[in-house]
Amino acid sequence: MLRLLRTILRAGRATEPGPSADPSLVLPSHAGRLRGSLQVRLVDAGSCNGCEAEFAAAFGPVYDAERFGVRLVASPRHADALVVTGPVTRNMAVPLAKTWEATPGPKLVIALGDCAKDCGVFAGGHGVHGSVSDVVPVDVEIPGCPPSPDVIVAAMRRVAGG
Amino acid sequence: MNPTGIAVALLQAVFVIACAPLLVGWTRLVRARLEGRVGAPIRQPWRDLRKWFVKERMVSEHTGWVFALAPLVLTGSAVLVAALVPSLSTSSALDQVGDLFAVVYLLLLGTVALSLAGLDAGTAFGGMGASREMTITAIAEPTVLVAIFALSVSAGSSNLGVIVADTLSRPSAAASPTNLLALAALAVVTVAETGRIPVDNPSTHLELTMIHEAMTLEFSGPDLAMIELAAHVRLVVFLTLLANLFVPWGIATTAQPLHLLVAAGAVLVKLTVLATIVATVEVFLAKVRLFRVPELLAASFVLAFLAVTASFFLA
Amino acid sequence: MNTTEAAFIAMAVAASAAVAAAIVLPARSRVVWVGVFTALSATAGGVASLAVLVGGDSFVTVIPDVFPLGGVRLEFDALSALFTFGTALVAVPAAVYGIGYSGQGPSSRPAQAAWPVLVWSVMMVPAAGNAIGLIALWELMALSSTVLVLAEHHHNAEARRAGQWYVAMTHLSLLAIALALFILVHQTGGESFAAMRAGAANVGPVAASTVFLLALVGFGVKAGVVPLHVWLPRAHPEAPSHVSALMSGAMVKLGVYGLLRVGWDLLDGGPLWWGAVVLTVGLISAMFGILHALVASDLKRLLAYSTTENVGLIFVGVGAAGMFAASDNRPLAAVALAAALLHVLNHGAFKGLLFLGAGSVLTATGTRNLDHMGGLGRRMPVTAATFAIGGMALAALPPLNGFVSEWLLLQSLVHSLPSEAASVAVAMPVAVAVVALTGGLAAAAFVKAFGSAFLAMPRSAEAEAAHESPFTMRTGMIALAGVCIALALLPTLLANPLERAIAPATGIADGAPISTNGVYVHLAGIQAGLSPLMLTLGLLIGVVAVFAVVRRSRARSTVRDIPPWGCGRTLQTSRMEYTATSFAEPLQRVFDDVLHPEIDVVVDHHTESRHYVESIRYHSETRDGIENRLYEPLLAVARRWGDRARSVQNGSIHRYLTYSLVVTVVVLLVSQ
Repeated sequence: MLRLLRTILRAGRATEPGPSADPSLVLPSHAGRLRGSLQVRLVDAGSCNGCEAEFAAAFGPVYDAERFGVRLVASPRHADALVVTGPVTRNMAVPLAKTWEATPGPKLVIALGDCAKDCGVFAGGHGVHGSVSDVVPVDVEIPGCPPSPDVIVAAMRRVAGG
Repeated sequence: MNPTGIAVALLQAVFVIACAPLLVGWTRLVRARLEGRVGAPIRQPWRDLRKWFVKERMVSEHTGWVFALAPLVLTGSAVLVAALVPSLSTSSALDQVGDLFAVVYLLLLGTVALSLAGLDAGTAFGGMGASREMTITAIAEPTVLVAIFALSVSAGSSNLGVIVADTLSRPSAAASPTNLLALAALAVVTVAETGRIPVDNPSTHLELTMIHEAMTLEFSGPDLAMIELAAHVRLVVFLTLLANLFVPWGIATTAQPLHLLVAAGAVLVKLTVLATIVATVEVFLAKVRLFRVPELLAASFVLAFLAVTASFFLA
Repeated sequence: MNTTEAAFIAMAVAASAAVAAAIVLPARSRVVWVGVFTALSATAGGVASLAVLVGGDSFVTVIPDVFPLGGVRLEFDALSALFTFGTALVAVPAAVYGIGYSGQGPSSRPAQAAWPVLVWSVMMVPAAGNAIGLIALWELMALSSTVLVLAEHHHNAEARRAGQWYVAMTHLSLLAIALALFILVHQTGGESFAAMRAGAANVGPVAASTVFLLALVGFGVKAGVVPLHVWLPRAHPEAPSHVSALMSGAMVKLGVYGLLRVGWDLLDGGPLWWGAVVLTVGLISAMFGILHALVASDLKRLLAYSTTENVGLIFVGVGAAGMFAASDNRPLAAVALAAALLHVLNHGAFKGLLFLGAGSVLTATGTRNLDHMGGLGRRMPVTAATFAIGGMALAALPPLNGFVSEWLLLQSLVHSLPSEAASVAVAMPVAVAVVALTGGLAAAAFVKAFGSAFLAMPRSAEAEAAHESPFTMRTGMIALAGVCIALALLPTLLANPLERAIAPATGIADGAPISTNGVYVHLAGIQAGLSPLMLTLGLLIGVVAVFAVVRRSRARSTVRDIPPWGCGRTLQTSRMEYTATSFAEPLQRVFDDVLHPEIDVVVDHHTESRHYVESIRYHSETRDGIENRLYEPLLAVARRWGDRARSVQNGSIHRYLTYSLVVTVVVLLVSQ
């Protein structure tokens, strides 16, 4: 316990000043009603976990997306935005649709990574159903393979109305 | 039941409800800072609550009136308890209406309402959360009531105002073994009943580790707002009881506005300290396995039992 | 002739009319008229009790030469009236309910005739004023209830076994009570209770303790306390539901009545250890009862074990009162006794209601197994709502009546310290802890029972096809729910009756234990206050205020009839719900050492490979520990001796003639 205390005192604040909200993102009108509070549910539709790793880092001490009012939740009923990673595999097509239906409006879908946008390197694979926009309507796309955490935080900040 | 007393009771309810989300925000902020992050501002929980009011309320086809009523009963009982506990003054009109036992059983009413809603959802997670929550509540009950026993032996009554007044009039009693042991026992129960680490992780995403969260997975929109607010209020109620029953200095014994203002400041300081302790404990300890929780609660029961024994022998 | 006398006559007349109706009328009209006359008889009983409790009437009468050994004396004071009142509260709705219930089930002549006899005898037992009267009425009660327990034995082997256990245990109780009364008669020289009271000084301490212990055993069997409870979880589920309601709600309380009457009234109180024994028995019963209720999947078995738990709590109150009285704290003793008596009334009301609800569910679904129910809330709304009220009272949740008596009991226990008696100082914290634990477990049991039966989706085809009960059954349940609510909001009305019941009979005459101004409840000698009415009002205001805040937001944006969130699963059936057994599993694991559940898992492997599983059978059973470890060995010993004794009777006529010769010679020698 003392060792943990020493680590805390030595590390201090690890967070770097965050990126400003990405102005290039175009949001649907209903996003304005979420201003200041964004609950996010991550759905892995079949990714290689690279985007998950970057997403986890975005909520870690260095990038700290939580300071902009963004929080991860467990149930889509609690969520405002679904962050979908990976190309949608055949097994995940129906569950992804059901997750979207289970989310209360006003809601957004954020496609994270190149695979979510257009299947990326997995385009045409035998287990791939399609991109995320083939299953649910996508509102925001964050390109990259994988996108770096500050790009993710900038997009989140824009959606949360920071 | 004079108008001043009623006004004080209403003021206490409003005060607790207004401060509860802020206090939870403070807890999250302390936890974030200890983890080396910046964290969200204190008013973030209020923003979340406001946002949930504009969300859709989704009602699944298998649920019934229990699912619709449970958030109302949970929040209604939390509001009544917020008015009952002596946060600002001992001259509330509700002092003769309910004592510490009534507070405990009203909180139990809220727990039962939420558990029934979890079962009504018809999912495995709802049932699991309900089952675990009732297990922990049942095993925590002896500790709570025996600790109240200890307090009422020294004060001569289980009435909240009398206990506070007794400690105010006998400052040395606050450091007696009875009070210290009862405080330790109730602190463990607070952690168990409000679902904090080491009993339950309030921010977990793994359904199999959830207790409180599992029962709320099905709620959305205004219902979710009510349930979250009730959870915040219950945490603050427990912390207020810890603060004002054991360290009551600063509380008003009249209904004069100046005294109430001072009392508000005093209780806010105490609550902030307690919330900081809760957050720090969450950072330093890990959640224990579900079937180790009864052992933890048994240990707290031993503390409460010792408190009663001490009150008898040191009477 | 005062009101009470007239009411007693009306009680008997109505009961006789009901019996006549049962014997004479054909099946369809039989149940209606039996129900009507039984309800009238019970109402008369209620009037008689109220006349004594509220009006201060009294009633003493002697009916000479009824039996060869003597006449019957009736003495109806406030303590008796309280118990009869409790019976009437349950019996009237149960009788109305029975019209609809029997219309669908047991309407045979014996069962219909026994029902009014049972109701009448349960109301009359507290009025018995001499030993003969008590024994006669006790046996009448036992016989009529046995007939009713066996009402469905034609198609139910379980009912037969239940009847056997019940007959054996109730006659054990009769034996113990008769012995106790016999010793009292012998020691005090008088047969009537008044004579026993007058001669109480002549009873030596050893004799008094023997009488007390015998009375504890005898009345304890009827009350269903551990270890004499084994008949309760067998008999109560098998009886028709309105009979179970009366048995659990009123008949078991006669065990409490008998103990109070013999221990306090006739024996004039006793040493501290009497109260300690009753307290210990109560605590063990409460813990044992609720633990077994928690793991029971049979709804009526759950309620039966819960009766053991609540009777345990009543015994805790009585025992604590005994200990306080013996250690010179009479005001506190009065409060503890008031708590016990209030719980007698409250438990009767809510347990009766729960059994009526269970009966409603049984007739609608054909099953008592909670694991096969579900979704009944939507199909049986009245049953669900009234069961919820009864269940909340069971869990001692505010604002219902269970909370008020639990609060009163806790207040009496909590103000016991500081005390001069060391045993009190040790016992009271343990008592509070056990009462608290049983309260928490009772809440868990309520959530399990109500949640499994009425919420979410039906788990079987029978549950899916269920529909609401007929009008008379619904009326009975709603009436009893109304009684629960009245007892919850206005316990203050009972303050004077309780004082009348406690003071003269138990010799604690230090003023009213509960004083009230109608809204607030204050306790004598203790700084404690509660206002059930205000608390309910506050709760309603809180709920309505919250509703007002969210109403518009909810109405604006509610989306209905969507599937629940099941993690994106494509199939959502009732198999995914938690069952009652799974709900209780964590608690079963925590209390493993007490419950000793037997769990069998049989795995059938695929014929072609051991690594593939064809089917898994899981069987879990928690049997009554006391029955296993105490009664089974005793019964086994009895059977062994019975087998050995059988060799005496081997069928040889020569041997029988030899027996006759030997016995004749012995008799001739002895009579010289």
